[in-house]
This record gives sequence, structure tokens and C-alpha cells, in this order.
Amino acid sequence: MNQKAILYLALLAFGIAVPFMFPAYKLQISIMWILVVLSLTWDVQGGQMGYNTFGNIMFFGLGMYICSSFQIGIFFPLAEWTASGGEKTFIHTPTQFFQGFFIGIIFAGIIPALVAAIIGYGILGLRGHYFAICTLGLAIAAGELAGGIELVGAGQGMTSPPWPKNIGDTELRSEFFYYICFVLMISTFLFLRWAYTTRFGLVLNAIRDNEDKAEAMGINTMRYKISGWVVSAFFVGIAGGLMGNMIGYIEPVETAFAGRTFGVFMVVMAILGGKGTLWGPVIGAIAFHIFKEGFWTFFLGWQYVALGALIVIVVIFFPEGIMGWLREKYPDRFGEVIDEEDRKAQVELK
Amino acid sequence: MGAILQVDQVYKYFGGVKANENISMTVTQGSITGLIGPNGSGKTTLFNSIVGTHPIDKGSIKFEDKEVSALPVPAVAKLGLLRTFQQTRIYGKLNCIDNMRISAKPSRDNLFSVFSAIPNELNDKAEHLLSFVGLYQKRKLRAGDLSFGQQKLLELAMALMNEPKMLLLDEPTAGINPTLINGIINRLIKVNEEFGITLLVIEHNMRVIMSLAQHIFCLAHGQLIANGKPEQIKKDQRVIDAYLGVQ
Amino acid sequence: MDFLIFQIPILMVQASIDGILLGILFALIAYGMALQWGVMNIINIAQGELVILGGYIAYFMYVIGIHPAFGIIVSPIIMYFVGWSLYKLVINRVVDRDLFISILATFGISILTQQLMNFAFGSDVVIAQSNFGTTMLFNYMVTIPNSKLFAAVVSIIFAILLVLYMRRSKLGRAIRATAQNPRAAKILGVDTEKVYAATFGINAALCGVAGSLIAITFTLHPYVGLPYTVRSFMIVIIAGLGNLPGVALSGMGLGVFEEFSDYIFGTEFRIAAVFLLLVFILVYRRFKLSRKREYLK
Ligand SMILES: Nc1ncnc2c1ncn2[C@@H]1O[C@H](COP(=O)(O)OP(=O)(O)O)[C@@H](O)[C@H]1O
Ligand SMILES: [Mg+2]
Repeated sequence: MNQKAILYLALLAFGIAVPFMFPAYKLQISIMWILVVLSLTWDVQGGQMGYNTFGNIMFFGLGMYICSSFQIGIFFPLAEWTASGGEKTFIHTPTQFFQGFFIGIIFAGIIPALVAAIIGYGILGLRGHYFAICTLGLAIAAGELAGGIELVGAGQGMTSPPWPKNIGDTELRSEFFYYICFVLMISTFLFLRWAYTTRFGLVLNAIRDNEDKAEAMGINTMRYKISGWVVSAFFVGIAGGLMGNMIGYIEPVETAFAGRTFGVFMVVMAILGGKGTLWGPVIGAIAFHIFKEGFWTFFLGWQYVALGALIVIVVIFFPEGIMGWLREKYPDRFGEVIDEEDRKAQVELK
Repeated sequence: MGAILQVDQVYKYFGGVKANENISMTVTQGSITGLIGPNGSGKTTLFNSIVGTHPIDKGSIKFEDKEVSALPVPAVAKLGLLRTFQQTRIYGKLNCIDNMRISAKPSRDNLFSVFSAIPNELNDKAEHLLSFVGLYQKRKLRAGDLSFGQQKLLELAMALMNEPKMLLLDEPTAGINPTLINGIINRLIKVNEEFGITLLVIEHNMRVIMSLAQHIFCLAHGQLIANGKPEQIKKDQRVIDAYLGVQ
Repeated sequence: MDFLIFQIPILMVQASIDGILLGILFALIAYGMALQWGVMNIINIAQGELVILGGYIAYFMYVIGIHPAFGIIVSPIIMYFVGWSLYKLVINRVVDRDLFISILATFGISILTQQLMNFAFGSDVVIAQSNFGTTMLFNYMVTIPNSKLFAAVVSIIFAILLVLYMRRSKLGRAIRATAQNPRAAKILGVDTEKVYAATFGINAALCGVAGSLIAITFTLHPYVGLPYTVRSFMIVIIAGLGNLPGVALSGMGLGVFEEFSDYIFGTEFRIAAVFLLLVFILVYRRFKLSRKREYLK
């Protein structure tokens, strides 16, 4: 068996064993998998395609609201649930809970993906900083609008359906969500790993390096840009739906369209790990999460000062991230130089 | 032989700058045609108009008898009309092989082929073409790390990878080490003869264009001032004046 | 949605006056943004935080018993040094690099500043009372707080002073030369490093003026900076860099838009309206340009 397969299997085994090895950290590690999903999907635009987005958090919030709204709405009147104290009037049976959850999760993926497809043509026609600022505007507007919609609790937010009482304890609840998060993370990773080997991956890189050239070579770049955004929106939407269920409470700007937290995190994680690589965003997310959990308590009250400083430091001194640094250090490990002939060629070039 | 490209009374102004004025020209199928003129005479603008980089103000451009002046850039390219850039454009962070692989025309090109696999045969073709332009040994290096001249050659190979019917080359020898120029001329002739690709070449170097082209068009101040065989152009007083800066 | 404003015309007068007065303030902030964007090619997401910080300086004076209107003198002086230090610490490392790097780095500064302001001044919404009174127009149907008139007049004075400074002074001319062509300016002996630091300082000082005016006319809160950034960005992309009348006009247009949207959609949607307008303007531009097969650059 080759090294890579062993590595993958070991990681898989670790992922499966976590709830038994570190029962106290189940929730923490579930959130870490969500962060990996956010980081990986941000990198589809920000890293692979060179379109730095602040807007992917919009799909997160959308997924969160949609998932819970479906979970509640298919069994009970949503407006009464979100009216103050209303959620106490209705109780999901276990069957209802799981049916609702799976339907909700599916729509939490599909609807943001559709939204991305619809607005993609307009938004992805912008480039560079115009795109970045436009997506920032979209994400903030989405949060502000959600905070004004009565049906989903307006600024008060809404609760997602609580775990049904008569089936197991909170341990079971967190194990259930843990595995769903883990499966989501694995699916996202494997999907992207495959997608980057297809035409999709190369075209995204071509767009990043020179979009005009790609068009001049006959590539319909818009089609690929939208496809990429749809993919990101799909996985981010599901992640949002899951997150809403895990927290149990949806607040428009703090948890759903959480630009100040998850929205920034996804950018920092991907850059920290190494933009435009498959493993970079994964490593970045894990490193960031550990940093954050380790220091968040330490910096109590100073979290955002620490986060702001971290962003500045990473962006200025470490823009290529961990993977970029490794690539600088061990270029041959990244297939840049393989045989002697090529090594000579490179020397000649310099 | 018939015309592959017909440019008919094309106008393109940038605000007050008359970049192209009433340009008409015909490129014969299978030929190598030259386009010359002093700096700023509107040659690159004409290329941009032909491949659809910007809409033209007036006139018509037909490629294989199909009107292309209203088509966007990728659509024109898909018809088999490609161009290279004066300021070379390659995908800098990808290695040469990937630059080549992404330049091939996909067998299917629709919404469902976005995630289609890139056929392995393309690697052989890419390596073959890279050795044709003399970049085989550098195939695994990042294209951005190549020298300017090598990037020009890579850009040519990328265009060939796409198997166009006609190729517009914007100053293929500018900025290239003079000792390599003959190699480029030979390769361009080969591209024309062996691959059967019609070439329209913008060239500054008179010696190059005289030994390459069968027919030459000359622009000055956005207008077509002469056209004919290389020998005629060489002697044409208007061309000489234009190059010497006489109004 | 509420169309009351169209049924009672005097409300339109009120909204327009409020909007124009507010818009003049926006224009001042946007002028600073255009300045640094044009001269050093960076987009400063922390622009709004500089404004709010400048406002808190005036508020602090108010708290210790000095009339907050003096903030328009004190705040820009302090903010100039804040801006200068920020340049030396961070910004000088992002000039000449990808625009997104400056966006992200200043985003980091903005998050950091927000929490620092939260520590220093608390998270309550505050205002510095100016006690300037109100002016009544049209038989008491239109009310204008004099502080807003004061704010507009001060903004205009500062804008004029700045324009004169840019034309007349040596540094101002060096800044303009650098904006035109940094390489040529450097060759002609302009110390671009100094120019950049001064530009960022001047921008921060402008934010300081605007912030003090906001402190006496509107409200301050550590987390309301971003909308000011977005407003200035919007004004700059509508007016273009280095077009002061354009900046003033689009600032006022934006102010009027916001006041009208308050009446029509409700105050709770004001921020949403601002951000959606930004998206709308960008996408509109994109489609307009794409007909010429161009894109926003
Ligand atoms: N996109 C553009 N916008 C404005 N003016 C342009 C543009 N492209 C070219 N021009 C102007 O058109 C004229 C012709 O330029 P160009 O076609 O590049 O000349 P050539 O390739 O023959 O040197 C020049 O005066 C140039 O400044
Ligand atoms: Mg040219």
C-alpha cells in the first residue's frame, strides 16, 4: 500500500474514533469539521479561482435558516413557532425530527446552490476588489434583511427544533451531529479532490492566472465560475444547516450571517493553510481552530484584537500559507522538479 | 483559394483616437499574411476587433463566411480563430504541461462537461508540441518561471494545442533573443505548411515579415495605406514614408 | 413599505435636507478614501473605524467637560498621528501589493480597532451633546438641528482647505504627483514613503473631523464603522478618483437616498438598503460595461 492510502486511512480512523477518544471535545471537533468545510469551499473561489469572496457566509446563513424552517415548517406553522415562546408549544416526535432534519439539510444545500446559480451571472462578472466588496455587501445585506423578516423571528432569531427528549441523552445528540459533520467534511473534501482533477480544476486555475487568456482560448469562463460558486454554496449551505441544529439557536448576524466570525474565519483559515491547494485549507482550518480554542479563553475579551492581529500578520508576512511555505522549502515534493534533466533546466533558467 | 477572413470597412475609435478607420482586408485560406505598421498604427486594435475583444463601431468581419463581429471572445475562439498576445499571456502558476492540457479544445463543451476528465492522450500531444517549440525539458516548471521568449513559445504551443484553423500572432519575435528568431520563422512556416493553419502575423521586424509572408498589409495612423506582395511593399513609397515618420 | 412620504410633500423636503447635510459628511469621508486609493492604491476597510475613533475623541472631550465641537480641531491632530503610525506599522507593507491584501489587512485592523474601542468607550450607543439648538422652517414643519448645519459647514470648510493645501503646498503637490505617476515622482526626487505616510495621516485626520461631526449630530458605537467604509467606497466608484465635485454630489445623493429609504422601508432596513445599493450599483455597472465587453477595473 502506498503512503497516501495509509495516511488517508489513518485520518479516517481518527475521525471515526474521536467521539470515543475525546468524548469531551465532540462538539469542538464537530465545529472543526464545519470549519474545514468552510475553508475548503472558500478556497474554490479565493484560492483556486482567484476570486476573493467575503460572501460565502451568505450561503451559510441561508442554509441555516432554510434547514430549520423546513424542519419546523413541514410539521407546524412556522410563524407560531418563531413568535416569542412559540417553540415551546410544539414538540417534534423522533420520527418527525429525523425526517425534518434530513429534508431540511437537503434543501439547505439545494436552495443556496440555486441562489448562487441565479445571482452568479451578475456577481461573478465583477473582478478583483470589486468582487470582494460586492460580496461583502451581499453578505451584510442578507444578515440585515434576515433580521427584518418576521416569519423567521426577525432580529430575535429563532430556535431550531430541539433534540427529541425520549431518544437517548445529549451524548447521543452530539455523537449524531459529530458523524454528520464528519461525513459532510469527508464528502466535501473528496468531491473537491476529484473535481480538481477534472477540467473544472484546471479552468479555475486558468481563470486565476489570466482570465482574459482563458477566454481568448475559447473557454466559457462564466460557466465554470458559476459552477464553482454553486458547489461552494451547496456544501456551505449544508454546513450552515448543521451548525444551526448544533447551536440550537439562530441569530441573524451573530450565528447565521456571521461575517464577523465564520465569514472572516474562512478567509483566514484558507490563507493560513495555503490558498489554492487541496490540503492547505484543511490544515489551515485545523491549525486555526486549535489556535482559536487555545487562545480564545486565554485572550478572553481580547479575542477580536487577537483575531485582527492574526489576520494582519498572516496577510503581510505569510500570504502563501503553510503549504506555500512547504512548497518553497521542498519544491521537488510538489512535483515541480522531478528528474535530473529538469533540475538542470531549472538551474539554467535562474 | 478562397478567403478565410474578410474584414470589411471596419472602424474603431477610442474616444477621439481613431485606432482603425475604414479597414478592409482579406486573408486567403492557407496563407501567411503579414500586418505591418509603425507603433500605435492600430494593428493590435484590429486583432482585438477580429477576435471580439471589443465591439467594432462599424463594418463587418467574416470568418469562413460567418459574421463574427458581434460574437464574444470565447465564441470566436471556438470557431477556430485564435490569437496570441503582444504582451505574452500564459497561466503563470501552472506548469507548462497543464498550460497545454487546458488549452486543448474539449471534445464536449456544455454544462455537463464542466466536470469532465481531461483525457490522458492530451499529455502526449502536449509533450509533442512542447518539444516542437523546444520547451520539452521545461515542461514541469511553472510557466511563470520561464523567460519572456520561452513564454512566447509556450503561448504559440498552447495555441497549436487548440488546433485552430487560423492563428493571429501579435509580434511573435518581439523581445526574443535575435539568435532564436530564425528558429521561430522556421517553426511558423512549419505550422502553416504541416498543420495547415492560416497565419496572420503582426511583425515589426521587416526582415522577418519579408521572409515569412506571402501578402502584406500596411497600416499607418489607423488607416490601411498599402497592401501587396513583400517585394511591392518594400518599394512602396507610402510604406517607406510611414516608417520614416513622414506625414 | 410605506409611501407616506409621497403623500406628505413636506416630508420630502425634510428628508432631502437631512440627506444633503448627511451626504456632505459622507463626501468628506469618501474624499479621504479616494485620496489614499488614488495615491497609494489601497482600499482601506478600516476607514469607518477611523471615523468612529475620531468621533470618540470628541466624545471623550465632551465627557471631561470640553465642548465637543472643539473635536474638529483636536481629533484630526490626534488622528493624523494615528494614521501615520498605522502606515508605519502595517500599511507600508501592503502598498504595491495585491489590492486584496490591503483589503484583508485593513479588515484585520478594523476588527481589532472595534474591540479596542469597545474596551475604551464601552458598547453603548453614545452621543456628544452640542446644545446648538434647532432651526425650524416652513412653519415648524421642517426641523433641522443646528449641529447638522454646523457639520455640513465644517465639512465644506475642511474640504476647501484640503483642496487648497493640495494645490499650494509642497507636500500637497508631491502627493498629487505621486498619484499621477509614482515612478516618475520618485525619479524627480519625491520621497514616496513620506508622501504615503502623510497621505494616510491626512486621510485619518479627515476621518477625525468627520467622526467628531458624527459624534455631535448622530450616534457612536464601536461596531458601526463598516457602513461608513462602504458608503465611501460607493461614492468613490460612482464619482471616480480625483473628482471632488463628483464626490460631493454622489455623497449628497447617497444621503438623500438613505433618508428616503428610511421613510419607505423603515429605519431597521437602512443598513440593508445601503449595502444592497452597493451591490446594485456594482452589478449595474458590470452589465453596462459588459455590453462593451469590458469589466470594472
Ligand atoms: N483600449 C484602448 N483604449 C484607448 N485607446 C486605445 C486602446 N487600445 C489602443 N488604443 C489606442 O489606439 C491606437 C492604436 O493602438 P494599437 O492598436 O495598440 O497600435 P499597434 O498595435 O499598431 O502598436 C493607439 O493610439 C492607442 O493608444
Ligand atoms: Mg501592438
